[in-house]
Amino acid sequence: MNYIFSFLRKTSVITELEMRKIFHDPTEIVTRAVQPALWLLIFGQVFARVHAFSAQTNYIDFMVPGILAQSVLFISIFSGIAIIWERDLGLIHKLLATPTPRASIVLGKAVSAGLRTLPVVIIIYILAVLLHVRIEWNPFSLLLVFFMIILGGIFFSTFSLVIACLVKTRERFMGIGQLLTMPLFFASNAIYPIDIMPAWLKTLSHVNPLTYMIDALRALMITVPSAFGIGFDFAVLLCASVVMITAGSLLYRRVIT
Amino acid sequence: MSILETNNLTRSFGSFTAVDRVTMKVEKGEAFALLGPNGAGKSVTLKMLTTLLPPSSGDAVINGFSIKSQPQKIRPIIGYVPQMLSADGSLTGYENLLLFAKLYDIPYKERKTRVYEMLEFMGFSEHADKLVREYSGGMIRRLEIAQAILHNPPLLFLDEPTTGLDPLGRNMVWEHIKALQKKYDTTIIMTTHMMEEAEHLCSHAGLMSRGKLAASGSVRELKSSIGKNEATLEEVFIHYTADNLEPGDNYRQVQRERRTAKRLG
Repeated sequence: MNYIFSFLRKTSVITELEMRKIFHDPTEIVTRAVQPALWLLIFGQVFARVHAFSAQTNYIDFMVPGILAQSVLFISIFSGIAIIWERDLGLIHKLLATPTPRASIVLGKAVSAGLRTLPVVIIIYILAVLLHVRIEWNPFSLLLVFFMIILGGIFFSTFSLVIACLVKTRERFMGIGQLLTMPLFFASNAIYPIDIMPAWLKTLSHVNPLTYMIDALRALMITVPSAFGIGFDFAVLLCASVVMITAGSLLYRRVIT
Repeated sequence: MSILETNNLTRSFGSFTAVDRVTMKVEKGEAFALLGPNGAGKSVTLKMLTTLLPPSSGDAVINGFSIKSQPQKIRPIIGYVPQMLSADGSLTGYENLLLFAKLYDIPYKERKTRVYEMLEFMGFSEHADKLVREYSGGMIRRLEIAQAILHNPPLLFLDEPTTGLDPLGRNMVWEHIKALQKKYDTTIIMTTHMMEEAEHLCSHAGLMSRGKLAASGSVRELKSSIGKNEATLEEVFIHYTADNLEPGDNYRQVQRERRTAKRLG
């Protein structure tokens, strides 16, 4: 019991540390909003005219949750590079010599990666309103959207951290990061439904946590029926996050050798 | 009672033995310098003692706790200032201290007092709310030392505390290390390749060369042991490690050192 309490307290200190850094220099957060805006305002506008597939909603409505998840993915997947940077500086060495559980460091950073996406989320919501997307404003749904975004941020940022711990250099990390983002994005239901995918891509999309994140977001944000069930979506993301955090905690110290 | 005792402490990376069966003792209240050229194994020794790296064989006991089996008992009672930059440049000096106070479990009531005491001790109360990336090299080092002693650890590890600093910054750091020994009675173990630094700050020294501890003891003993009157530490060092000396730098170390030097300068 005592251990759990101490673990949570240390985790919150690490999150606080990361959040304070963002507050000192928020420019990055704002520039992050440009990309999703381009997707919604250009790509979405053109694709809305293509009646290639019969979704239950119009295309922009369909796309908004997908772009939201995409932003969480793109912001989080490169967050692991910070650990390499901090290793080169020496911050990690000092942190590891303090009585802070490794899992606290990993989870604390992951939670902050989730929180860091919130400004972009708000901007996407504003764009959605401007584009007349029929958004679900029920507070309970909004709360679940919030949790799903944090959970997605936790999963993808820890995934990123695990890669960083394995490759150990910035150059290799950037290469692998670039290599992963697009396949993760395209092998998901972000901008087209799974039904119209070729069979091999369907299979891939079913082992992609992003698919479950988007499925839940779509059900919660624009109230189309969920394909897998919202509870199942959350369970998938939660399990995937626990696995990643465990791996991250075990690998974390390896980065300094 | 010894605050630290190592017993055949060894660390190898593949076939390379970075630290080779080091056995030494540090008593409470001493200032102990691990001396040696780059690549002698000083930093690796420190990383093992600060629980960052598990030893390949052998063990060390700090305040009665084994670094192998009880690292979580050791972390709260040591402070560690790595060779590289360890204060966060995108936070203020105050925040750097406050967050470490939390990580070291300093109770809420004492936290602020302790942070302000440290700011004052290191002499930059007026810079507390500036971002650390605007600090000078000497100030950053002092802040890093302050971070490492917030919880009043009985044992403090400093890895090359003045490498890369200009003479002014170096003198400031030296003065603060001396003041800290006096005021808080902290046992200090530091690595350095500067004989002058060891002579200035330390009462005891261990001479390392190619992973091995060639000799150790009080600075006075070491000097008299080579049978030459008024020997300098440098002469002592050469006496004990002559057959072993060879430029130890490799590309990565040089690169790292220059980088640290650039950041601090």
